[in-house]
Amino acid sequence: MDNHMEKHALIRLKERALKVRGHILGMAARGGCFVGSALSCTDLVVFLYSRFLNIAKDNLNDPGRDYLFLSKGHAVPVLYGTFAELGFIHPGRLKNHLSTDDSVYWHPNRDIPGIEFHSGSLGHMLAVASGVALECKMKKQDNRIVVIVGDGELNEGSVWEALLIASAYRLDNLVIVVDRNRLQANAGTEDLIPLEPLIPKLQAFGMSVKSIDGHDFQDMEDVFSNIPFEADRPGVVIAHTIRGKGLPEIEDRVDKWFCKYSDEEAGRLIKALKSSNERLLEAI
Amino acid sequence: MNYEELLKEIVLSDERFVVMTAENRSAIRNIPECLGERFIDVGIAEQSMIGIAAGLALRGRIPVVHALSAFLTMRAFEFIRTDIGIAGLPIKLVGAFPGFLSEANGPTHQAIEDIALMRGIPSMNVFCPSDEEDMLIGLETILKSPRPSYIRFNDLESSVKHDNVFHTGRAEILSEGEDITILTYGTLFREANRAMRLLEAEGKSVGLINLRTLKPIDEETIINAAMQTSLLVTVEDHFLAGGLFSILGEMFLRHNVTCRVLPFGLDERWFRPAMLQDILECEGLTGEKIADKILKESEKYAEYIKV
Repeated sequence: MDNHMEKHALIRLKERALKVRGHILGMAARGGCFVGSALSCTDLVVFLYSRFLNIAKDNLNDPGRDYLFLSKGHAVPVLYGTFAELGFIHPGRLKNHLSTDDSVYWHPNRDIPGIEFHSGSLGHMLAVASGVALECKMKKQDNRIVVIVGDGELNEGSVWEALLIASAYRLDNLVIVVDRNRLQANAGTEDLIPLEPLIPKLQAFGMSVKSIDGHDFQDMEDVFSNIPFEADRPGVVIAHTIRGKGLPEIEDRVDKWFCKYSDEEAGRLIKALKSSNERLLEAI
Repeated sequence: MNYEELLKEIVLSDERFVVMTAENRSAIRNIPECLGERFIDVGIAEQSMIGIAAGLALRGRIPVVHALSAFLTMRAFEFIRTDIGIAGLPIKLVGAFPGFLSEANGPTHQAIEDIALMRGIPSMNVFCPSDEEDMLIGLETILKSPRPSYIRFNDLESSVKHDNVFHTGRAEILSEGEDITILTYGTLFREANRAMRLLEAEGKSVGLINLRTLKPIDEETIINAAMQTSLLVTVEDHFLAGGLFSILGEMFLRHNVTCRVLPFGLDERWFRPAMLQDILECEGLTGEKIADKILKESEKYAEYIKV
């Protein structure tokens, strides 16, 4: 591959993802959170902030920065954890999870540096991100705007409405990442309202579509380094993921969307995470 | 000058403004050619228009969005409430053909709960001009306000010369009276004005107040009217629930004010689709019919006091 990642870079990403997963479990032990969803896109979020997006602690208000919108807002612990690692927020803030004294709750809000907009109601962020993308085009700036949508979220009609518009306005500065874990809140996506064949659907709406393994950093590097995939077309990256990734006992389990753990359980799970990560690192 | 001309002037004077529509160009036909990229038509997609407007506003723009009132305030309600309301973004919502102005379109197009919906959103201002002149007097202030705002579009020909000083939250007092005060806004202003003249010809002392903004609302003027006159009358082309009548009820409870109120509006039903003048006749909302009913009510009250 053209963009073969150095071993050290790969190790750094894996270590950062491990720390973020640890933070997510910490929040699951402080009142619970949407663990399955957050773990599903942890590798993606860590990759995007570490290797792709021009977003850093010192440019969070710079109009030239890139943008990331988490449309599947309930996965927000992954952002809190990532932002703690990147220094956007003090890691101590994570201990305030669900406290009325802070704003570290179950959906994103702009009291947290790094959160561009509140989300939680599904099917909103693609339109909001399209507005940002359109404005960047009007200013002839080359910011990139990434939206992470859940696959279950694709049930919402507003997503498809916004795709039509993004395509009409040729927003090739927009990248839609579909966290394709094939599970929605209570059911498999294909058992409820089947999305497949998804690629041709998105292509028919004017998108330029690529698929990746959403837990393989090299795969992400190869695909994201080719954005925009095509001039004048918004890009879609379908990231095949596993809900609950990293915790074998909840991986791909339809009943493990929201999880609440005791301190002991969380401690045990973090230990399990670490040992599986050691095996991963050894394999590099 | 009309709405489109004034809008164009304001928008051209400030780069931050963008004009949007969900494929409703009735009031802005000549805007696209002079705004270039700052005109955005998203097609028939009200909710996405609001989301996109929020994105534009996050980057410092002030979107002025256009759609039919019914579809803007209801189809896109959750987007307005969530993307504009929670963030308090300075987006301007222009709702066309509200209330009786949907004429013969039928109940699908009747925005007669729009004020109830929009005023329920924290930080949202609600501007309900009584005619085109009134709308133009307030337009610049509303567009330049840092708050999200709903404009209940009304380009009816003016029946009076309006006070050209506009303040958000301040009513226009056309006359003051001791017997009756008519409170109104929007399309029915002309009929309310006519009712006032007819009642005056009957020897009544009648006040007429054009509220202009329903949120914030001019509490001082309304409470003064409640204290100084025997009968308050509300006249609106909106459901009684959530409109001016409701606002008065809430206000009077909060301020411990009691007074007689005779409401004209729509109580739990849609109106008969027809052309405006026929709707007014059918609904009993011409100046003559309003005046008649007020007279009867005030006589009933006079009897009641005697007893």
